[in-house]
Amino acid sequence: MDAAGIAFQILQSVFVVLAAPALLGWVNQCRAWLQNRKGPGILRPYFLLWRLFHKEAVVAHNASALFRATPYVLFGCMWLAAGIVPVLATDLPFAFAADIIALVGIFALARVFISLAAMDIGTAFGGIGARREMLIGFLAEPAMLMTLFTAAFLSGSTALTTIVETLAHREFAIHPGLACAAVAFLMVLLAENARIPVDNPTTHLELTMIHEALILEYSARHLALVEWAAAIKLFAYMTIGIALFVPWGIAEGSDWLGLPLAVAAAAAKLALAGAGLAVLETVSAKFRVFRAPEFLSTAFLLAVLGMLVHFLTDV
Amino acid sequence: MTEQWVNLAATILLIIAFAMLSQRRVLSLVRLFAWQGLVLSVSTAMVAYSTGQSHLWISAALTLGLKVIVLPIVLHSLIVRLNVRWDVEPLINVPTTMLAGIGLVIFAFALATPISQLAGTVTRSTLGIALASVLLSFLMMIVRRKAVPQVIGFLAMENGLFFAATSATYGMPLVVELGIALDVLVGTFVFGIFFFHIRETFDSLDIRHMEKLKED
Repeated sequence: MDAAGIAFQILQSVFVVLAAPALLGWVNQCRAWLQNRKGPGILRPYFLLWRLFHKEAVVAHNASALFRATPYVLFGCMWLAAGIVPVLATDLPFAFAADIIALVGIFALARVFISLAAMDIGTAFGGIGARREMLIGFLAEPAMLMTLFTAAFLSGSTALTTIVETLAHREFAIHPGLACAAVAFLMVLLAENARIPVDNPTTHLELTMIHEALILEYSARHLALVEWAAAIKLFAYMTIGIALFVPWGIAEGSDWLGLPLAVAAAAAKLALAGAGLAVLETVSAKFRVFRAPEFLSTAFLLAVLGMLVHFLTDV
Repeated sequence: MTEQWVNLAATILLIIAFAMLSQRRVLSLVRLFAWQGLVLSVSTAMVAYSTGQSHLWISAALTLGLKVIVLPIVLHSLIVRLNVRWDVEPLINVPTTMLAGIGLVIFAFALATPISQLAGTVTRSTLGIALASVLLSFLMMIVRRKAVPQVIGFLAMENGLFFAATSATYGMPLVVELGIALDVLVGTFVFGIFFFHIRETFDSLDIRHMEKLKED
């Protein structure tokens, strides 16, 4: 752990927190274009956060300390997760805080807290949202782990930085197992980030909400933190996907000269991924809630098949 | 490089086998069967190109003509004429079938690994996948109640066997392949005739009704 590494770590952590709302804005902008609307512009989420931070927070009378603490826990979890995923460089001193299994654990911690907070007030929609969130979560988690295990077997390590270094260095080869895992990961990404086939992020119908139902009781700075955390979560998932499946262009070690290229590559890949997400959300319709288990068990199936095929073909 | 592409094709075959297992609509099943044939034909052509085995070109062309074009058209017209477009309900629910399928895949891979080490072909690692798709098609025949999906399962099993032959020994001798192709074609026509007879006798293609035959 040297000074350059720490500088890189701080740079990356600040970068992800500041860039995450822009990614969300970009996805919304692409969706608007695809729906033949003018769109709010990619800076909209920043204005929204700004506005929310300047409002007076209203909290229910029976809210416990858990309810107030959750937005900060959520934001902290997501920031930590996004901070240890190699986005710009692979030399991240904090990355050893969590390998891929602990990373899934961090997301699970955030999920438990937001679900508890949603049930804390005791409204009906909070309860519905929490149950649905846990249903989706417990099905998505094994699929996510299996996906990550495929990449871990391929590179012989569960540390994300090592995986990325190994995968970025090998000469290009077709890994059918990794391809299966990539599709499974995409499905998990859609489910975990409350995107369209599973949940609609722009819905106003309380009965179909999952993510939105969880945060109905939050306002002002609490809501801003929750929304910001959601943006960082999407950013983190996308960067995990990029790191595992298209890691080329990342700066090796503490290579300051490679940094401009790494930033350009990361921005281009994220822009492409965001546009792809917008297309996917535009062409598909939301499932009934009870179809979600089938969707996620397909993801799990693909991830397991990916791992099995990897053992058969690559070893 | 060919090996990687064949591995990719094999993985696609495996995923199509699972898709067929979970598919509830008969017409989509036929479409998936055609896709399976296409992937099989492409992978056979790739093996033919890389190894220079000329008879594999013929079997790739046979697969393309028979399993991608002729059989799906025949099955499609059969389904339209028999008016059995409705959804097929499997005997056990889809997630359970999927779990059983994963078990079969693990079994097939474990079984094929020692065998494939004996084979000297570039495609030997796909033997497990071929075996798995045979077993998955077999499972599909078991869990379906209607006659048409069972026949599609049978044809898909033949696809798996064909793929196994290609991956283990660069295909069977041409005479055998021609014979099998003819058998499959004739078999489909015979099945078609059977469908009409089954429907005339029982007013349905549900093969549960055939249990009544024992009582007479």
